[in-house]
Amino acid sequence: MSILIDKQTRLIVQGLTGREGTFHAKQAAAYGTTVVGGVTPGKGGTTHEGWPIFDTVQDAVAETGANASVIFVPPPFAADAVMEAADGGLALVVCITEGIPTLDMMRAMTFLKERPATRLVGPNCPGLISPGKAKAGIIPGNICKEGRIGIVSKSGTLTYEAIHQLTRLGMGQSTCIGIGGDPLIGTSHIDALMLFGEDPETDAVIMIGEIGGNAEEDAAAWIKKEFKKPVVGFIAGQTAPPGRRMGHAGAIIAGGKGTAAEKMAALTAAGVKVVKSPADMGQAIKDLL
Amino acid sequence: MKIHEYQAKAILARHGVPVPRGEVTSTPAEAADIAKRLGGAVVVVKAQIHAGGRGKGGGVKLARNPADAVKLARDMIGMNLVTHQTGPEGRQVSRVLIEEGLQMTRELYLSIVLDRAAGKPVIMASAAGGMDIEEVAEKTPEKIVRVYVEPGVGIVPFEARQLGFGIGLDGAQVNKFVKVVSSLYDAYVATDSSLLEINPLVVTAAGDLLALDAKMNFDDNALYRHADIKALRDLGEEDPLEIEASKFNLNYIHLDGNIGCMVNGAGLAMATMDIIKLAGGEPANFLDVGGGANAEQIRNAFKILMSDKNVKAVLINIFGGILRCDVLAQGVIAAVKELGVPVPIVIRMEGTNVEEGKRLLRESGMKLTTADSMDEAAEKVVALAG
Repeated sequence: MSILIDKQTRLIVQGLTGREGTFHAKQAAAYGTTVVGGVTPGKGGTTHEGWPIFDTVQDAVAETGANASVIFVPPPFAADAVMEAADGGLALVVCITEGIPTLDMMRAMTFLKERPATRLVGPNCPGLISPGKAKAGIIPGNICKEGRIGIVSKSGTLTYEAIHQLTRLGMGQSTCIGIGGDPLIGTSHIDALMLFGEDPETDAVIMIGEIGGNAEEDAAAWIKKEFKKPVVGFIAGQTAPPGRRMGHAGAIIAGGKGTAAEKMAALTAAGVKVVKSPADMGQAIKDLL
Repeated sequence: MKIHEYQAKAILARHGVPVPRGEVTSTPAEAADIAKRLGGAVVVVKAQIHAGGRGKGGGVKLARNPADAVKLARDMIGMNLVTHQTGPEGRQVSRVLIEEGLQMTRELYLSIVLDRAAGKPVIMASAAGGMDIEEVAEKTPEKIVRVYVEPGVGIVPFEARQLGFGIGLDGAQVNKFVKVVSSLYDAYVATDSSLLEINPLVVTAAGDLLALDAKMNFDDNALYRHADIKALRDLGEEDPLEIEASKFNLNYIHLDGNIGCMVNGAGLAMATMDIIKLAGGEPANFLDVGGGANAEQIRNAFKILMSDKNVKAVLINIFGGILRCDVLAQGVIAAVKELGVPVPIVIRMEGTNVEEGKRLLRESGMKLTTADSMDEAAEKVVALAG
């Protein structure tokens, strides 16, 4: 098993006709994902690289039976695309786009609250992959290996790093989720951990956080109460200066809050094996199991 | 993005928030005319820099008459103002704001910021204005009153009244306060602000409410739709290397260490800084070249790293996803051809097209140190930086 995506996933790509959309739709299909079509307003009725293109998500769902979407739409239009996907009733919406204005996302999140059947992953994330089954997003398939470790991360390339370390040690992954580095995101660390907790084929989880916000502290409190599987944690930004936005819109230490030290202490107190060095994530999982 | 107090006050005034009368100048002699236009009595001279704590650092002073205002303006313009927010190097003052002096009876605090957990803007008010709000939150959290705004609805008068009565205003003052809060929220939404803070909001002897200070930060992701705000950017407040990097869409933050870092992805870039520190070194910068970087951007990024004179060694740590390792290698080779190899370079590459990337680097004949893992790379670069 795996979480959120697998062989039953029928994926549409919003923004399929763009450069990024085309490239990653092909990559996903080559990995074995069932990609059923794309949505580009104004290009409905055409085909692109063999896939049917629709004007609206509603049309795409009606024609293809899609149950998931991945969004490669430029930032000014991405929140709109998220809301359209949710309105289309898709169970999973993965938004890769980086740079969406916060106020746009705030409105989209309010819209999503009325549509609890839809789970949003991202934005500003690499998406997710269930090795050997399917992927929605940009995580390179060739570094992954089928297996029983879950990964949840705010950072894209650190997710790759964790996957790579596990694969090199001979340990595969059940599902890897990049939840995104923005201040407002659809799926939190806790949401992902909850799903990993219920997945009988996930034995342990690597959780990667970053400075900024309270999501890691909240996850620590939840892990202490509810999560029974072993967790290895890493927090990026232990050396970040306060008040500066470290690339990700959400990665900022504000008013002395959101530091790596606080997050690492909270996770350690919750029983998480926290590694100081990002090079030790894979080995720490191996040692725990 | 940050702006100056005088710019923030102009924006707030346009949205209906009452602010003191005042004018900005970069010429000390003009201070006299401004002071006369403000009535010739007591004025306040305020240094304009992008940092708080100006009063304690000597950047806010009272002038009893126009001649006094000129003297203070002359002292302040050109001075290096050090506050707890500027760091020890301080900031050069190039403008002062001259405002009417006011008789005030109370100093309040009012701000709007995104609450990430709630996914909504939170408006915070406190009777303890004029103080560092983080300190108030730490020591006397009960003095801060909050309301969370429903994004689809906006601020509703009863919420503003809750805040006003909550910080001890009387009925007449609350009526004025409701207008201020509602105007402030309008400004927050209309400008895609990420932080809006009035500290203090004062009650004058005449019973009026005025924003005595104002701080506005903006969501960088939304600047594309606010050309007017983008135009307020003050390059004099920014690090020259960071300005250069921003021209090429590179996420670069200048730090104090001597190991230059080039990384793709914000999380990996932070983690690379962390592992350098763990290995006993100090990063000279944060640099995320992004997922879709091309060879030209890599070349520019390398140039920026090299223009930091503190840099004694460079660590390139790339995990190719969208960014292919061969593209990275081409960029590095092009940059080195142009600039030479002034300092030792350690490269660690993984991911998409890594073999091709390694082959290009090998065949270029450049003197580079390679590493297979992050910890190995960090140890090597720290040793090379000395």
